[in-house]
Amino acid sequence: MSVESIFPRLEALLPKVQKPIQYVGGELNSTVKDWDSADVRWALMYPDAYEVGLPNQGVAILYEILNELPGTLAERTYAVWPDLEALMRAEGVPQFTVDAHRPVRAFDVLGLSFSTELGYTNMLTALDLAGIPLAAVDRGDDDPIVLAGGHAAFNPEPIADFLDAAVLGDGEQIAIAISEVIREWKAEGSPGGRDELLMRLAESGGVYVPKFYDVDYHPDGRIKRVAPNRPDVPWRVHKHTVMDLDEWPYPKKPLVPLAETVHERFSVEIFRGCTRGCRFCQAGMITRPVRERSITTIGAMVENGIKESGFNEVGLLSLSSADHSEIGEVAKGLADRYEGTNTSLSLPSTRVDAFNIDLANEFSRNGRRSGLTFAPEGGSERMRKVINKMVTEEDLIRTVTTAYSQGWRQVKLYFMCGLPTETDEDVSGIGDLAKKVIKAGREITGSRDIRCTVSIGGFVPKPHTPFQWASQADHETVDRRLKALRDSLRGDREFGRAIGFRYHDGKPSIVEGLLSRGDRRVGAVIRAVWEDGGRFDGWSEHFSYERWMASAEKAGVDVDWYTTREREENEVLPWDHLDAGLDREWLWQDWQEAVSGAEVEDCRWTPCYDCGVCPTMGTEIQIGPTGRKLLPLTVVQPR
Amino acid sequence: MQRLRVRYAKRGRLRFSSHRDISRAVERAVRRAGIPVAFSAGFSPHPKISYAGAAPTGVASEAEYLEIGVTKLCEPGRIRADLDASLPPGLDVLDVVEATQSGLADRLEASEWVVRLPGADRELAETAVAKFLASGAVEVERLTKKGPRRFDAREAVLRLEVPEGTDRTAAQVPGQSCVILRMVVRHVTPAVRPDDVLTGLRLVADFAPPVPPEVTRLAQGPLDASTGALADPLDLDRDITRGGEDGSAGEHVAG
Repeated sequence: MSVESIFPRLEALLPKVQKPIQYVGGELNSTVKDWDSADVRWALMYPDAYEVGLPNQGVAILYEILNELPGTLAERTYAVWPDLEALMRAEGVPQFTVDAHRPVRAFDVLGLSFSTELGYTNMLTALDLAGIPLAAVDRGDDDPIVLAGGHAAFNPEPIADFLDAAVLGDGEQIAIAISEVIREWKAEGSPGGRDELLMRLAESGGVYVPKFYDVDYHPDGRIKRVAPNRPDVPWRVHKHTVMDLDEWPYPKKPLVPLAETVHERFSVEIFRGCTRGCRFCQAGMITRPVRERSITTIGAMVENGIKESGFNEVGLLSLSSADHSEIGEVAKGLADRYEGTNTSLSLPSTRVDAFNIDLANEFSRNGRRSGLTFAPEGGSERMRKVINKMVTEEDLIRTVTTAYSQGWRQVKLYFMCGLPTETDEDVSGIGDLAKKVIKAGREITGSRDIRCTVSIGGFVPKPHTPFQWASQADHETVDRRLKALRDSLRGDREFGRAIGFRYHDGKPSIVEGLLSRGDRRVGAVIRAVWEDGGRFDGWSEHFSYERWMASAEKAGVDVDWYTTREREENEVLPWDHLDAGLDREWLWQDWQEAVSGAEVEDCRWTPCYDCGVCPTMGTEIQIGPTGRKLLPLTVVQPR
Repeated sequence: MQRLRVRYAKRGRLRFSSHRDISRAVERAVRRAGIPVAFSAGFSPHPKISYAGAAPTGVASEAEYLEIGVTKLCEPGRIRADLDASLPPGLDVLDVVEATQSGLADRLEASEWVVRLPGADRELAETAVAKFLASGAVEVERLTKKGPRRFDAREAVLRLEVPEGTDRTAAQVPGQSCVILRMVVRHVTPAVRPDDVLTGLRLVADFAPPVPPEVTRLAQGPLDASTGALADPLDLDRDITRGGEDGSAGEHVAG
């Protein structure tokens, strides 16, 4: 049975909405397969606006891999803005994919990629518009399997009621494996309905099916136990790790949208994982070990990506890009190759050291030296020891002054506020640091034409990190510290005008904290917020703290208990049955060492400190150097 | 530097692209096609591609124009084929000539538009058109980026008619009646767009189509004031370009 495109009905609505181009599809390198050519069909959703979701690497990679798989098709769907949502409701137009404008409910799987918890309400909108019951237990055999992935899926408990399943870790291989399970089950005539399918997925140990687990609570509200409620369901579900990134050189055919998006570039992941050991960083903890892509594969992917997309910027992505064992060669090789072509290179996520300025100099060969960004994260030496961000004040000032002396005029420094054990002085130390940076910069350049921007984010304790037990700072404390810092910078006659200050108020972090470390009882809050009109919580113009607090109260959920309460070592955490490979005792020990300010080295260069990931997951560190060089470009000459 | 003038169409679902969307798509298509586009000097070089009189978002067009500066001699026919192959379907290159005279933008004096009104009543449309044309001035208001703006929508309209019959029926309303308006409108400031004329029809005769209109620009170019006919704006370049393309506008694709 074929499925009809809803486009004719959508088309009549498009003249009435903002930026209609985001809903029409037709991106370069997008794929529309014949519906009947596939027996397994995925709708992939990034639950935010198209402009944010389209550049997402995870969705793009899975989209390509699944469409390459015989008998399988994948299409994309994104959150529609409230203007179109209202029209779709009025006209009965369902949630649709942008590729062939097929209704999402017709697919076998709705796969959602959650980079952040703030997309949860958008998931509910999509389910509702699709005509899929919000609660997983209400779904029937005609509804797709609603499957979550992405970093937030490492604690999917707050959305457990809305999900049929979740997967942890790298999606490439597990997406293929799930497709094959579904194909086999459908070929057999879908025996036992969706429950049997879910059971087959759960039994593998690689797919978490929340409804096959019961959660028991202590009278005081803490979790007593999370246990499987049927035979053959494993006690713990494990994350997936792709080894040898050279075998997975995606994206090969980058999606090029017509609409404007947040990243307008071709991005290549140069490695996955990070073992720097920054204790606040969930990504660094859950993506271990480090797996590098080789210099030659990076070179080939960049060449192909530029040719296929026509983008004029290349981003080299990873959690700490300058840590690639051959980054110097990569930078020089690419800068040589693209010199004079108006193709620019960017390297996000760099460390604070002089080597990075050499890299930045290479990358800026094609353009001007405008701004450099470093992330010391903590304002005082003590704070940086707590979070294991090993940067001394001298390092930072030396690095930044080197940048100024080599012609960089603007340096941006990232910090966090609300870190565990943080005091007022740690935050005011950010201001002192910025002033010292400007002072040293003026001395070395002899110029007052240098600037430093301090950008501050609120810290949110995340699952599977040493800070998973920590008390989150309340928003009053964060706001008070930030206000004091702002006043001290603004009031400074000598340096105030050279220092920019960017921050957000602390309220959104509390909601993020509730969703990050929440359990299944938080699902009622999400639903209440959504029913009250909550959408696009990642957007300040849509986010309402008051709505979240009122909904929590209505649902009988104590927000403080989930956020500002410090947990005991033996408290069962909502995500303990989900295995990121990290040894719980090691995490606890690292938390204790954080409090005492003891630092941990990077295991790429020092002996293993037994975080537990490699032996548990059967993985290993994969790094170079390979000793190979980038060949000059076989330049595609204009015909 | 050689300059190439390109006529292209914006068709089907790509009519929902904005001017900025199109300019990004063209820049990338030029890079993919390996066209030796010239760049501006300075710290942030921009490709030398300029646009004349772009149709609004949501409006289809058979007659959009842009100009590309290139650093090496290019054969217009070749560029036409390469750029068309590189652009997404729906942004279709119809004609390329080498610029031999200045002032393409100045040649675009007026546009011819066709407006499809699915489900509208033909007699009401005819009455409204007659009333509109009989009016000396029809003051309309449009929300611009600078707020609401009032202007006359009547004087710029050189021709406005409801041709007999309907050509093809809109995809979304199979079998339904469809009224068609054709108009030639002079380019003035502030611009008078087909939707301003429709606003005018509503004001003079309470004529309101039931669903959003589908608007297509058929042509823009130099105006023969006596007949209201539009000439091909690239002809002036073509007269001098030896071996230039003929004036055909390429195949029309159902949107």
